[in-house]
Amino acid sequence: MAQSTKPLPVVEWLKLPDGGDPYLEGHKCQSCGAVFLGERTVCAKCGARDKLKTQKLSNTGTLYVYSIVHRSFPGIEVPYVSAIVDLDGGGTVKGNLINIEPDPEKIKLGMPVEVVYKDALGRKDREGNSYVSYFFQPRQ
Amino acid sequence: MSDVFVVGIDMTKFQKAGTGPAVDVLGAQAALMALDDCGLKIQDMEALYCGNLGQAAAMVGQRVLQQIGQTGIPVVNCANACATGATAFREAWMAVKAGVYDLVIAVGVEKMGGGLLGGAGGGTGIPKEGLLGSGTMPAVFAEAGMEHARKHGTTFEQFAKVSVKNHHHSTMNPKSMYQIETPLETVMNAEMIAYPNTKLMCSVNVDGSAAAVIASEKKAKELGLMGRAVRVKASVMTSDPWQERDLVMPDVNTCTRNAAKKAYEMAGVSPQDINLVELHDCFATAEILHYENLGLCGDGEAGKMIDTGEVALGGRVPVNVSGGLLSKGHPLGATGIANIYEVSTHLRGEAGKRQVPNARLGLTHVIGLGSACGIHILEKAS
Repeated sequence: MAQSTKPLPVVEWLKLPDGGDPYLEGHKCQSCGAVFLGERTVCAKCGARDKLKTQKLSNTGTLYVYSIVHRSFPGIEVPYVSAIVDLDGGGTVKGNLINIEPDPEKIKLGMPVEVVYKDALGRKDREGNSYVSYFFQPRQ
Repeated sequence: MSDVFVVGIDMTKFQKAGTGPAVDVLGAQAALMALDDCGLKIQDMEALYCGNLGQAAAMVGQRVLQQIGQTGIPVVNCANACATGATAFREAWMAVKAGVYDLVIAVGVEKMGGGLLGGAGGGTGIPKEGLLGSGTMPAVFAEAGMEHARKHGTTFEQFAKVSVKNHHHSTMNPKSMYQIETPLETVMNAEMIAYPNTKLMCSVNVDGSAAAVIASEKKAKELGLMGRAVRVKASVMTSDPWQERDLVMPDVNTCTRNAAKKAYEMAGVSPQDINLVELHDCFATAEILHYENLGLCGDGEAGKMIDTGEVALGGRVPVNVSGGLLSKGHPLGATGIANIYEVSTHLRGEAGKRQVPNARLGLTHVIGLGSACGIHILEKAS
């Protein structure tokens, strides 16, 4: 793959529309309402085929659970907060919770968070491409 | 259909990851030990079921036979994450239950690397670990524990107590990787890996193997092996049914609950009848969840179970008296059979200092993330 002229999305379900704001895309089953990340043809909840429609996921949600990671693989900067967030209107996403102290006293289960988009911690692929990632931060 | 029995079973002493012999030699050790346990030979076995994860594509079962006797019997190699050993055992059980064979052997074996398992993402692009949260196992199971904390107020200290208990149990198990006491402060002040799991709350990567000789009732009686036989009262596997968060948060609860319900039904017993449990304490946080998932207590009562000592040796239903994965060690493909060894040893009254008195009925449980749950209920045969 040749080097891209603009940053690439960290996952295929992070959308970077030309001239628009980034967003996360879900695929919602029109039969049972289950929301998935990434394209698919069959619903894993109810088995319905060809009933999945894309849906723009919300940029707000609440913190479901987290872990503060102090030991990771070589080269990965620690600590960081691994967070599972329930987005308002459906969809659950995992990512880093930022702009908060990595301290269990400060992080509250159920706290409101918002999704923000920025450079993927300076990580580049072999071709030198930059990436845009999503992060969560506390919401006032 | 007639009952199926474990007539021979044993495990190697679990040892530090990377220090064991080659995987086939290690598997052969447990296989020979299990055969010796019932006085049989590999020539008596009609099939071999092998569980191994690290070399899942490398015909480990056949290589075990190359070490101990190439008799030409059918070999099935299986991989099912941390449920691999239980899967091999269950395949063996099923073949005998179905009447295809009367005498088979199941072998679980693993040589482990050191360090963290898991990791987020992979594939194309850039590394996702530490960018899209964490896929490391300590963090994944920390998050599973935090869900329990969210629902029931479970504390870091309660999770840590699991590790204190299991390390204490292991001081009485000569086959355990570690035999050291770890007081609560030591556990809580150990290096934090992924809050709330400290290093002493993570299972130990070890090399190890375990094997079981499984017989039909007819064969066990014919061979005069009923005296120390263990009846397989239930053998159940489940996978994880769809859950709203399971794209990003593996659900180890529902598949365990489903498997437990089926296992109790199959065995015709209730959780209150169980005298001891070996469950999948891959992390201290996980053990707490499974007290409730296995019906050992009601929902929200797991914290109380660990606080009151009901799950310690001497308590109402001792859990992981072997030392568990936290201290005995967790050689992925061997774990499911090693758990069955532990329970069988108690049912036979041969567990020495850690013996659960008058044990008649025990349960083993493993979870392979992804997910596979295997539960066996075992009963003293005579």
